[in-house]
Amino acid sequence: MTHDNHQPREKLCTLAEAIERFVPDGASVAMGLQLESMIPFAAGHEIIRQRKRDLTLVGPISDILFDQLIGAGCARKIVAAWVGNVMMGSAYNFRRALEEGIPHPVEMVDHTNFTVALALHAAALGVPFLPTYTAIGSDLFARNEGLVEFEAPYTRETMTAVRAIAPDVAILQAQRADTEGNAHVWGNLGAAPDAARAARSVIVVAEEIVSSKVIASDPNRTVIPGFLVSAVVEAPFGAHPSPVQGYYNRDNNYYREYHRGTKTRQDFEAWLDHWVLGVGDRQGYLDLLGAERADSLKVRKHAYAARTDFGH
Amino acid sequence: MPDYTLSELMVAAAAREIHDGDVVFVGMRLPLIAFVVAKSTHAPNAVGVFENGVLRHTPARELIFTMSDGPNITGALSCLTMLECMALLQQGRVSLGFLGAAEVDRYGNLNSTEVRGPSGNHIRLPGSGGACDIAALARRFVVLLDHQKDRLPERVHYITSPGYGPWRSSGRLKQGGPSAVITSKAVMRFDGLDTTGGEAHLYSYHPGVTVEDILANTGWTLRVSPDAHETPVPTNKELRVIRRYDPEHFWTR
Repeated sequence: MTHDNHQPREKLCTLAEAIERFVPDGASVAMGLQLESMIPFAAGHEIIRQRKRDLTLVGPISDILFDQLIGAGCARKIVAAWVGNVMMGSAYNFRRALEEGIPHPVEMVDHTNFTVALALHAAALGVPFLPTYTAIGSDLFARNEGLVEFEAPYTRETMTAVRAIAPDVAILQAQRADTEGNAHVWGNLGAAPDAARAARSVIVVAEEIVSSKVIASDPNRTVIPGFLVSAVVEAPFGAHPSPVQGYYNRDNNYYREYHRGTKTRQDFEAWLDHWVLGVGDRQGYLDLLGAERADSLKVRKHAYAARTDFGH
Repeated sequence: MPDYTLSELMVAAAAREIHDGDVVFVGMRLPLIAFVVAKSTHAPNAVGVFENGVLRHTPARELIFTMSDGPNITGALSCLTMLECMALLQQGRVSLGFLGAAEVDRYGNLNSTEVRGPSGNHIRLPGSGGACDIAALARRFVVLLDHQKDRLPERVHYITSPGYGPWRSSGRLKQGGPSAVITSKAVMRFDGLDTTGGEAHLYSYHPGVTVEDILANTGWTLRVSPDAHETPVPTNKELRVIRRYDPEHFWTR
């Protein structure tokens, strides 16, 4: 496994530039690593607008983002534990692709949340696999070559070997980052820290770009060290409709509307034209969303952490 | 007419599966509210584990629709990674996990990956998520589902999450297995592995539901425990907690 350590000097760029440069056709892309929060929807929509093709989508669960990429024809393979709409149930493009090959057939590699986390952790550790007891007794082995039963050394017991997954690129949301990509993330972390270390390149999409002094003031919160990062993008509301702790809440109605509005292929195409293809960029999306709706999602009940003394 | 909904009865039944001091892999939907009820009544020392990385010793202050919603983070005991929560599970430190499924069979195996439609077509479901991990690794797990014959087959079409079978009797899975299935008609529990290989039996029937109705709507010949009784109705206190938490009945319709 080789890592490209020759990063460009200037990492701060637009979302369009970051996707253009680091998400080539055929790439494996890890997204949605924090489960239902901080999902990189802005980045996903840019992937759709740039008509990327034959991607492998990697993540533990996907709360409608993978469904949108599948429906838009960007994905050839899904490596995940769960694909749907968490509050509403099934996601229709995922079903159409697997059941009917619409818009084209997609290969599904079924994992569990734990095996996805272990696969990324293995790559982050630089080892080819990790052992676990999960999946024993399940039918997951039949359709996932990355899960194999083996006899463990020392104890001679049967365990599951989970093969490492090193995505070509991980797209990670952060609350704030500096221009080098050093990123503060707080709240539930999911598999984001391992994805940042497992991937060959990392795109950080931050709610705001702050000075390096702000980041350095709280190193325990620097979940993504900048030297692993290839591109940094400032995209306020970039995770909408998913929540970003301290910035905005989940737009539950958006998930309801998506469920109701994408039941047929025709309905989904209209949804896609409206929310993604019909807007030039994320600002266009936010204009469509409207200031009033965005404002209604903003954090009302602030809950600040205690001051922390990093002095010596 | 009883003054509670079926969902409220199932939430109360699920809450009673939580013992004080349990470390609970909570999940979403009805079990989420069961955790709130248990914490507010008989299990104040239960700890909630969420696979996104969140540990909580108090329920979220507001209704949440996913485990990563803002109120589930504010005031959390700890915000960790998914692997750290799964580690608790694999170590045997999680006493109880809740699961839903499209199908549950005679031995408590679950399918949430793929089912057959009326014309034999395949219907793709969202998949395991953390369900397989919870079934394989929690010290016990409880399933909630609608009681329909085609959702309770003799054998599931696909084992997403393992119940009882050779993988447990051989010791390859060291802990756990299903301890209860709470349906919209009944509560089932399981025999020991050493007697019937861990087969489900009827433990209690919900008020207004006959044993015949349950047997007719189960896909195998369900044995009825000699001690089978009516499922206790939710108490006023349980109902107060449920309705305070989910006033618009989003999860407890």
